[in-house]
Amino acid sequence: MSSPAETGPPQYVITAENLTKRYGDVAAVDGISFSVPAGEAFGLLGPNGAGKSTTMKMIGAVSQRTSGSLSIMGLDPDLNGPEVRAHLGVVPQQDNLDEELKVRDNLLVYGRYFGLPMSYLRPKADELLEFAQLTDKAKSKVDALSGGMKRRLTIARSLINEPRILLLDEPTTGLDPQARHILWDRLFRLKEQGVTLILTTHYMDEAEQLCDRLIVVDKGRIMAEGSPANLIREYSTREVLELRFGSERNASIGAELEGIGERVETLPDRVLIYAHDGEAALEEVSGRGLRPVTSLVRRSSLEDVFLRLTGRSLVD
Amino acid sequence: MSAGTTSHSDTEAARNRKFGPLYSRNVRAVVARGLMATRSSNWMVMLSGFFEPVLYLIAMGVGLGAIVGTVQGPGGGEISYAAYIAPALLAVSAMNGAVYDSTWNVFFKMNFSKLYQGMLYTSLGPLDVAMGEIFLALLRGLMYATGFTAVMGLMGLLTTPWAILMIPAAVLIAFGFASFGMGITSFMKTFQQMDWINFIMLPMFLFSATFYPLSVYPEYIQWFIQAMPLWHGVDLLRQISVGAFSPATAIHVGYYLVMIALGMLLTTGRLRKLFLK
Repeated sequence: MSSPAETGPPQYVITAENLTKRYGDVAAVDGISFSVPAGEAFGLLGPNGAGKSTTMKMIGAVSQRTSGSLSIMGLDPDLNGPEVRAHLGVVPQQDNLDEELKVRDNLLVYGRYFGLPMSYLRPKADELLEFAQLTDKAKSKVDALSGGMKRRLTIARSLINEPRILLLDEPTTGLDPQARHILWDRLFRLKEQGVTLILTTHYMDEAEQLCDRLIVVDKGRIMAEGSPANLIREYSTREVLELRFGSERNASIGAELEGIGERVETLPDRVLIYAHDGEAALEEVSGRGLRPVTSLVRRSSLEDVFLRLTGRSLVD
Repeated sequence: MSAGTTSHSDTEAARNRKFGPLYSRNVRAVVARGLMATRSSNWMVMLSGFFEPVLYLIAMGVGLGAIVGTVQGPGGGEISYAAYIAPALLAVSAMNGAVYDSTWNVFFKMNFSKLYQGMLYTSLGPLDVAMGEIFLALLRGLMYATGFTAVMGLMGLLTTPWAILMIPAAVLIAFGFASFGMGITSFMKTFQQMDWINFIMLPMFLFSATFYPLSVYPEYIQWFIQAMPLWHGVDLLRQISVGAFSPATAIHVGYYLVMIALGMLLTTGRLRKLFLK
């Protein structure tokens, strides 16, 4: 990892200022500002409908902003759509592979959309099939692939133009745990190669695993910004005690837990006690004569940050 | 790094504002994709498109023609019934092929396979995609027209070298329908709406003087039929098939040139609205 310190101020590949997108009266993205230096893995974290995908579309130069400014590699995507997109790789939320073409042809044809010559594309396609662990599927039909394979092919396809910036919209939604880990590993490798990753997710563990820095968005606005560790430190305690008293009692018991830990959060299905020491908090709960059905002490996560910031849970 | 400060990039930006986000001069990538997809999966559909007018020609021209005998052609001369309806069937097949390619095909790729969504995340602009798809439709139209004209020749229905011009004329007809069809498809949201297209196409096929002359209609219906695009195609190809040209020939060609221009204008406008929002 090279430090940008000796080369002066960091070189930003994306700069957004007061970026806004309205659909009629509704502001999907409501004046957000952020900058992403080259080589960073930058996350947009938020629930469905927070404006993540809309932001991604504006960065991807397929949706025009209503107001504010946006610069991708020094270019305005509204004015230089094709040039901007030439620098980008895009992994959309839903796979949109070309089902009428075979696996390897998907890569070749996609490369031609960028105007790249076949002499470059043939070896590049083979290299990317290798990277996506799909070499033995080169001549398969797309619909014969598993969900994880399709996702990897979509990522391989997005790399055909050697993008400087890779946009990943919910990259692992719908994948089983093993397929997710394979995918994360591939994304780590890309990051090591210096590709800037921009990803949206509503999975906390994914954001914590992959992102150097992230913004928490809700209702089109930025609620917080920082590294996962800093956000947790700033907005949550070290540990969390999760208690379940049964769905009838969770709500009423909140008052009886008052004063334990730093903060008590009552959810429909459980009660969360934010404390530096979870075990100590649990002893205190027992000391007050309260008997939860289940209890669990865990480390704070981005989920807690989100809950603290918005008062709502992230997962649907 | 900062763009748009020199006068050079200002003029470039001004030019780009017009078509930059819409077009990247790479229509051939879309065409190449279409050919590759055809090779691997679509050829059955293509074959049926070729046989349809041939089957009509055999059933109606040869079968029905046996009891009809000869009829008066565009130049005033007597021609066989098969020779009378063959150019009309060619015009119909040019229309059907172009409309299928620019409506159902585009509708599916736009809303279901999300093919265009993927394309538009690359350097391609919507205009590249639209022109590529129209080009593919015309290429297919050209193949059908060539094949059908060859069949006409084998059946002894061609009597003049002018008839070879039916091929480019059929492509012209296809272009008119394809450019318009794509613009119209961009408004469609559901399958029910798509069915309206068939609702318009079928009567147009049956009543555009395809199987009998326009003169069988009362005058006000004649005017109505003559306002429809297919009639111009039918009459144009019928004239070319016997080499009997008249001022109406120019009107027919002009009708399609205007249709192409308006269709492209509509399609481009719609693409701008749909994809640059």
